[in-house]
Amino acid sequence: MTETAQMPNVQLNLVGLSKNDYRGAPTTLCAGCGHNSISNQIIAAAYELNVVPEEMIKLSGIGCSSKSPAYFLNRSFGFNSLHGRMPSVATGAMFGDHRLRALAVSGDGDTTNIGMGQFKHIMRRNVPMVYIVENNGVYGLTKGQFSATAEKGLRLKYQGLNPFTPVDVVEEAMASGATFVARSFAGDANQVKALIKAALSHNGLAILDIISPCVTFNNEDDSRHSYGWGREHQEPLHDFTFVPREQEIQVGEFPEGTTKTVTMHDGATIVLKKLDRGHDPTSRSAAMKLIDDARNEAVLLTGLIYVEPNQPSLTDVAELSTNRPLNRLTEADLRPDKSMIETANAMMF
Amino acid sequence: MATPQVQEKQQPETGKAVVNDFSMTVATKNGSGSQTSNLTLLRALFKMGIPVSGKNLFPSNIQGLPTWYTIRLSKKGYLARRAEHEIVVAMNEDTFVEDLASVAPGGAFYYGDHLKFEINRTDISVYSFPAKKFAKDSSAPATLRDYVANMAYVGVLAHMLEIDMAKIREALEYHFDGKEKPIAINMGVIEAAYEWAKANLSKSDPYRVEPMDETKGFIMADGNTAGALGSIFGGLQFMAWYPITPASSVAEGVSHNISKFRDKEGQDGKTYGIVQAEDELAAIGMAVGAGWSGLRAMTSTSGPGISLMTEFVGLAAYAEIPVVIWDVQRVGPSTGLPTRTSQGDIISTYFLGHGDTKHIMLLPGSASECFEFGWKSFDIAERMQTPVFVMSDLDLGMNTWMTKPFEYPNTPMDRGKILWEEDLEKLSDWQRYKDVDGDGIPYRTAPGNKHPRSAWFARGTGHNDNAKYSERSEDWEKNMMRLKHKFETAVNYMPKPEVISSGNKVGIISYGSTDAAILEARDYLAEGGLQTDYLRLRAVPFTSEVKDFIEKHDRVYVVEMNRDGQMNMILRLEYPEHTTKLISLAKHDGMPLTANWVKEAVELQEK
Repeated sequence: MTETAQMPNVQLNLVGLSKNDYRGAPTTLCAGCGHNSISNQIIAAAYELNVVPEEMIKLSGIGCSSKSPAYFLNRSFGFNSLHGRMPSVATGAMFGDHRLRALAVSGDGDTTNIGMGQFKHIMRRNVPMVYIVENNGVYGLTKGQFSATAEKGLRLKYQGLNPFTPVDVVEEAMASGATFVARSFAGDANQVKALIKAALSHNGLAILDIISPCVTFNNEDDSRHSYGWGREHQEPLHDFTFVPREQEIQVGEFPEGTTKTVTMHDGATIVLKKLDRGHDPTSRSAAMKLIDDARNEAVLLTGLIYVEPNQPSLTDVAELSTNRPLNRLTEADLRPDKSMIETANAMMF
Repeated sequence: MATPQVQEKQQPETGKAVVNDFSMTVATKNGSGSQTSNLTLLRALFKMGIPVSGKNLFPSNIQGLPTWYTIRLSKKGYLARRAEHEIVVAMNEDTFVEDLASVAPGGAFYYGDHLKFEINRTDISVYSFPAKKFAKDSSAPATLRDYVANMAYVGVLAHMLEIDMAKIREALEYHFDGKEKPIAINMGVIEAAYEWAKANLSKSDPYRVEPMDETKGFIMADGNTAGALGSIFGGLQFMAWYPITPASSVAEGVSHNISKFRDKEGQDGKTYGIVQAEDELAAIGMAVGAGWSGLRAMTSTSGPGISLMTEFVGLAAYAEIPVVIWDVQRVGPSTGLPTRTSQGDIISTYFLGHGDTKHIMLLPGSASECFEFGWKSFDIAERMQTPVFVMSDLDLGMNTWMTKPFEYPNTPMDRGKILWEEDLEKLSDWQRYKDVDGDGIPYRTAPGNKHPRSAWFARGTGHNDNAKYSERSEDWEKNMMRLKHKFETAVNYMPKPEVISSGNKVGIISYGSTDAAILEARDYLAEGGLQTDYLRLRAVPFTSEVKDFIEKHDRVYVVEMNRDGQMNMILRLEYPEHTTKLISLAKHDGMPLTANWVKEAVELQEK
């Protein structure tokens, strides 16, 4: 048994677990890496949402970011798969027990270089899971090469100048029909946590593009994936509150007329308090315009950019049982009766 | 053309009929609907009790390129391809000249009279018939006329060869699933052509058919559909696939039929998931994800797809995830000959992946064995927690074979060493990769297991018994040696070879779709005075019978369809002490093996 700390001063959540029950192995990433703060927010979000760790699976590809699932949720099943191929593994894995929540971590190289094809297709299929791109514009484990999200004109010590147009994860997600698209900045812990919570209650594919600076290879203040630039240029779309299903919204909690409430498939709500832009995240055309404007204005727009809570997910389309997961079925469910062999032979000639 | 041309010359053994022992080839254009006509002939002959085999020689093309369909009738029950054909039906102007030249001396040549060519042969019987007339006169809608036109040669041949019209009707009823309208339209054309032939053609060649009783207890099936149905009986729970010739009909065989066998009235949800993936990398990735999550998962592909799947296969072998992969082999390397048959993926699949890897390969030799390995492969994959390859080929997979009926699985499902909550409750210690039983096979758990000690972290990186990341040399070596031991354990779960042995000095080892040619060749060799024993491999790694067989023979010919004698190479690796006994006979022309080739290749060595 993994010990749950029983000391009186340790706070337990509704499922009787302490925050420690959501931790993983000590990180081996660099000190100050944006990925570590995202791991911490995954731990906090799961704890606060009262997720039972065994009811969640975690997946990743290959790269610095993909190492991070070892550093959270020790009690969840995990799969550190192949470079750029996590989406296919996740797609198949969701059929085993589709009642589980899934959270996947990928990087900008893993997603937009080697993994672009699978990234696009997992969105098409609306696989019910959270897909976090820890986006720093460089390859860390292989020592600082450009990824496809590195901005044009970026100059790095060994690589020189990047002459190519960057891929925008959020734009790609919109183009592929993702049903939950958000962007955040690893330095904004509260927003990251609120978005992870919202994403976890989405019935479909939730893309979180989180700018997560690489302190070793890409943290010069003029780089768009640096802490300096992010802090300077971040422009949150809304003040963001996630209200789980179990917790009702209190009347008067939010000032009327300045908020937009989105009800998720599972009954949870996202309350968005309008800031300057007054963005409606349920409008696809508004989302597209917003992304375009942000690029032209060179600002890092963060928050929930687009959500469509009621699209059927892949496991809905597959018409799986609501009660019994596939991986609990037995021979009696799976092997046709003996008499059916006659049917098989009769089908031939 | 009002009067049919009948030329009569040089009949062999004049007056003597050749019954149920010849081959006929129909030359048409791809996409012209001739497949229905050809299968109708094949099935009608089968229903007459005559052993038959049908082989489609088709191009990589949707419409227009030449295609040939050969039906062999053999009263002795030989099902292999013959290189010669005695009857040719020419329906394609593009190949008319070569088709005419290809008829065996003394044979018969039928052609549609819309094809205007000079007939330059006098050693064969030649018949022309108004191929387009019957469709035009029929009730077929204009859009379907070109398709039913091919039924004309069915009618003409029915008369000329004395094929039972009632059996032709049965074949059509099967093909059109009892739908009266298409049956009536096609039968109408066949009958009109039959009557026309009866009135206008006079037979001058010796080839004809007679009812026999030699197909009782057999069915007609293609290996791909058989494998698909076998998988359904094996409890397939997840399939991801990507279209590729010649493997697509495995996946389509599953998706078209699974609901009939597995959806029950009032059932809450499906018992399976099927995804057509974006490519082969994703197809195997999904199957591996599903295997990890505790499902009986499979994918099907051919050589190019296997190449793409390589990295995932290495991951699944190393992380010990069960998955079944069908490789319906075609000719490689590269895109190769996509519509021709081969056994060319044997070596590469056996060792697929970087690092030290070896994989289990099942080798079905008939359509009914495709069914058997369809379900058995899941048992082996889950027992061994590793990828299992079923190595079929285009000839076995896509052609229609006379085969034994499918048999219901004779063993219960083996889900292998999987632990659920109640199992873990009884164990004080469980480690994912620990060899508790000394057979190299560890115990696994699957996501959804609610026990707080159930979770483990699957990874392709170095790991210890606990599935934790490890770069320690001792952990790495220990784990790899355990995997080697596990592969040795796998021998205990392999289907044993089929051995025909009566103490002869010369042995033949072969596998897969070559079986028919070997069986026939052994008869011919015996007629020439050379008695042979025969071992048909059904799996790699080899069980002890293989070594015994080699030991008992002075010379062993390893017959296969590739360039380098790939199975022979594996045998030599496994049994280096017998290297000099093993003689490779390999053919790689993309065509199904013929008995004559096998006979001549052996005799050349035995001289």
